[in-house]
Parts: sequence; structure tokens; C-alpha cells
Amino acid sequence: MLFYSFFKTLVGKQVTVELKNDLAIQGTLISVDQFLNIKIDKIKVIDEERYPHMIPVKNCFIRGSVVRYIQIPPEEVDKPLLQDATRREAQQQQHQAQIAKA
Amino acid sequence: MNNLNLENFFTTGQSLQPYLDKDLLVVLRDGRKLLGILRSYDQFANLVLQDTIERIYVNNSFGDIERGIYIVRGENVVLLGEVDKDAEDDLDLQELPIEQILQMQKEEADEKARKEKIRLQLLHKQGFSVDFVETDMY
Repeated sequence: MLFYSFFKTLVGKQVTVELKNDLAIQGTLISVDQFLNIKIDKIKVIDEERYPHMIPVKNCFIRGSVVRYIQIPPEEVDKPLLQDATRREAQQQQHQAQIAKA
Repeated sequence: MNNLNLENFFTTGQSLQPYLDKDLLVVLRDGRKLLGILRSYDQFANLVLQDTIERIYVNNSFGDIERGIYIVRGENVVLLGEVDKDAEDDLDLQELPIEQILQMQKEEADEKARKEKIRLQLLHKQGFSVDFVETDMY
């Protein structure tokens, strides 16, 4: 759930989503769900001439499974917090595994 | 799972709700573009579209095929977006009869296949392995 929580902190920020079919869409992140499906608003497609069907589309829902990369603004990432959260989650999982064994 | 806070848990259920009964563009993994009204969906993004048309784009022209009701299995969905009708009318695209568009699409595909064949032949001459793998990039 870490990445889901992480992306939730980026809601409202400018992101660029690159899909596995090479389509890259820039816009404002509106929401993200547990599958990392994302919704973005005020979209702008990179290399628009190649994708004329996308021009009249202003906001869209992208299925998480077709995303290759999400580019995020570096200044919006709290790296120490992310590191801490990663370790905490790993520790928690270890702890739970021990309980399950016992 | 006891510390999950379900209050602020986004689900596909909530995120597709605003798209219900709207005119949408749906892009599928095989490159098809469907235009229709979203009537139902679930958490996998399985969709039911009504009054669907499939629109085929070739260069600066397009053609429509009427398809009716569509049920799309979620795994095939790439994205769906609301279509702004005014922006659509402003587009510098020409609508052509579907037979002509299909012919153009075929020619484009043939040309692409021909170029790919030449590329593979050249690579083969250079000693590269050219096992042909058909991939849709997903």
C-alpha cells in the first residue's frame, strides 16, 4: 500500500504518465486507487499530432496496468519520509510473518 | 488488514462514477478507439458502452463503424476520457466513407509490414537474431 499512499500525496500536482503504447500524457493528478489506476485532468498529450483522437479529451482515467512510468515533480517528494515509511512497512511485514509462524 | 482506513480509500468504483452516462472515448490495447455512452462498470474497469461507434483514424482522416452495445473486459482498456464535443468539431480532420478508411488502414499496415521485413532482413545480414515475435507492447 506504500505506493498507493505515496501517489495520494501527489494529488493536485502536475505529472506525466507514459503508457506502454508510448503515449505520454501530461496533466493534473486527480485521484489514484488501489490498483494505481489514475485520473488526470487538463491533459496534454506529448507529440499530439500522432494521436489525433486524444485532442478533444480533456480529462481521463488510465488503467494502472497499462502505465509504464509516471514522472513526478522532484520537489514534491519527501525522500526521508518515503525511506522511513518503506522501512516501517518492511518491519511490519516481518513482524506479521513472525506472528503467523508462531 | 486491521489498520486500513477505509474512509479515504479510493476505489475504481468511485473513480469511474463521474463518467457514467457520459459520452466517452475508450482506447483499447489493440489500438481500437470506441466512442460510446458508459452505462456500467466494475472494479476491474469492465465496461458496458451503449450506442458505440468504432472510429478508425488514418493520418488526418477518420471513418466510423456503428457497433451498438459493447461489453469490454477490463484488461483490454488502456484509457477512457470524456469527449469535449466542441473541441471535436474544431478538429482539422476529414470524415471519409468507411470503405475508403479501411482501404487506407490496410495500405498503412502493409507498408509498415514491408518496412519491418526489410529491417529484419538487414539485421539478419548483420548477424542479429531475428526471431519474429508479435507483440502489442503490453
